[in-house]
Amino acid sequence: MEIKELKAIARTVRCDIVKMINIAGSGHPGGSLSAADLLAGLYFGGIMKVDPKNPDWEDRDRFILSKGHVAPVIYSVLARKGFFPVEELWTLRRFGSILQGHPHKQSTPGLDCSSGSLGQGLSITNGIAIAMKKQNRDVRVYCMIGDGELDEGQIWEAVMTAAQHKLDNVCAIVDYNHVQLDGTTEEIKDMGDLVQKWHDFGWNVIELDGHDMAQIVKAYEMAAAFKGKPSVLIANTVKGKGVSFMENDCNWHGTAPSDQQLERALMEIGA
Amino acid sequence: MKRVPMRDGYGKALLELCAQPDNKIMVLDADVAKSTRTVWIRDQYPEHFMDMGISEQDMVGTAAGLALGGMIPFCSTYAVFLAGRAWDQIRTTVCYNNLGVKLGGAHAGISVGPDGATHQALEDVALTRVLPHMTVIVPCDAEETRKATLAMAKRPGPCYVRFGREAVPVVTDENTEFEIGKAREVRDGSDVTVIANGAMVYEAVMAAEKLAGENISVRVLDMHTVKPLDTEAVVRAARETGAIVTAEEHQLAGGLGSAVAECLATLFPTPMEMVAVNDTFGQSGAPQELMDHYGLNAENIAAKIRQAMERKR
Repeated sequence: MEIKELKAIARTVRCDIVKMINIAGSGHPGGSLSAADLLAGLYFGGIMKVDPKNPDWEDRDRFILSKGHVAPVIYSVLARKGFFPVEELWTLRRFGSILQGHPHKQSTPGLDCSSGSLGQGLSITNGIAIAMKKQNRDVRVYCMIGDGELDEGQIWEAVMTAAQHKLDNVCAIVDYNHVQLDGTTEEIKDMGDLVQKWHDFGWNVIELDGHDMAQIVKAYEMAAAFKGKPSVLIANTVKGKGVSFMENDCNWHGTAPSDQQLERALMEIGA
Repeated sequence: MKRVPMRDGYGKALLELCAQPDNKIMVLDADVAKSTRTVWIRDQYPEHFMDMGISEQDMVGTAAGLALGGMIPFCSTYAVFLAGRAWDQIRTTVCYNNLGVKLGGAHAGISVGPDGATHQALEDVALTRVLPHMTVIVPCDAEETRKATLAMAKRPGPCYVRFGREAVPVVTDENTEFEIGKAREVRDGSDVTVIANGAMVYEAVMAAEKLAGENISVRVLDMHTVKPLDTEAVVRAARETGAIVTAEEHQLAGGLGSAVAECLATLFPTPMEMVAVNDTFGQSGAPQELMDHYGLNAENIAAKIRQAMERKR
């Protein structure tokens, strides 16, 4: 798919996100918007090997959303990919919906794991990656982690596990938007030189602009080509990207836009 | 009587599972492989073994991933660090996804002894029993632990088995029946029923033998599966003997006694007494010394039996 088309999909996903959360009346727009380009590139840029008609296909690539609160972004991507009808998006968080407030594998076609309690996704990713290697399956496992989520100690346990076992079929993606619920990541628990940290833990580190679609696709390809170590994409992003009044503001971590705000957001994104 | 640590039964079962052709078993440990006996797998089947280091939360998460990838993972470490330290991982990643992760909680109960309260898991049954999809097994000896471990490998969904460190009497043999969710009648009786699990099964039998001399007829049930509870056997015991005593090496709140009480309160209210650790932490000491101090012995079970029978009138 052309970069231009990928950008158009990302715009559609952004519109879905703000609309879903507006209708639901609650949800997490900031981190969903910062991850939109990364996930549009992953699912539509010829990277993820999946089949919407056969969501449980054993040899599919896997995606684990460790920062489970940004469920709207993966729901939109899966719907646009054809795993379930787009109309389902407007039922987010409602009683009986296939779209739970945080990802629930058994409810939603195309989800590879439930998540929502932070810090756990990379361990799960490693486990799947080991299982695939044991069974000689050519499967890659992707895991999106929030930068605030890196406060969780389990992430670093898993970082060491992946390096120890040379899991080169693992690709972590850090959505480095610098904002968590209570403030900036620097104010709350400063991580210092994040690129150097992952490098020192034995990973192949790829730094990129997480909103530049050409860079995103190239980074995934570079990660796939790298052998002997797990790869991590440190993606520099903007929380709330695409909606000016949401950008870089922790108050939009978990707040739903009003009808007027939605109208303005949709105009700014311009699908 | 022969005494063998239950963890030997766990290790033996894992060896048997790894010996099967084309098996999907993976055995994970958190740097206590010698204690849990998973070192036997490390030495004989290294391709089925991973030492995850001292990171229990990562171990359980990795096991969840292995299960998602089609394997049958067993996670082992001390019960406190498994059911306690990694509880959120067990809840949200293993149980919410209903994954076939098998958990082996070693060194459970007060009888771990000199290490003291930090290492004496007295809450693990309560912690695991409240989780949807979870199966909870507390076997009574090494042989039953072996059978429980083999049965867990075949059972879909998450399972937790807990066992102690000390050598305890072997009261079953390879021909003794074992089925998850089905109580085993160790001894028939008509005046009162002791529902016990773990090392307390043997103590219950000792109490029953003692009371037989006083013309008190005691039924003993080995309730190795706390969840799903064999409610039919519990209600039958209550109906036929009219009084119940539970016995477990665990906190009173949330364990086997609580499970039996939940069952009887709704289905067949019956006078009931409980032998368990009552809302206190343990301490250092010799295993038997501690079991006696906290009343986890035949003598206290016999006393509770008499109390329960008093209440029948």
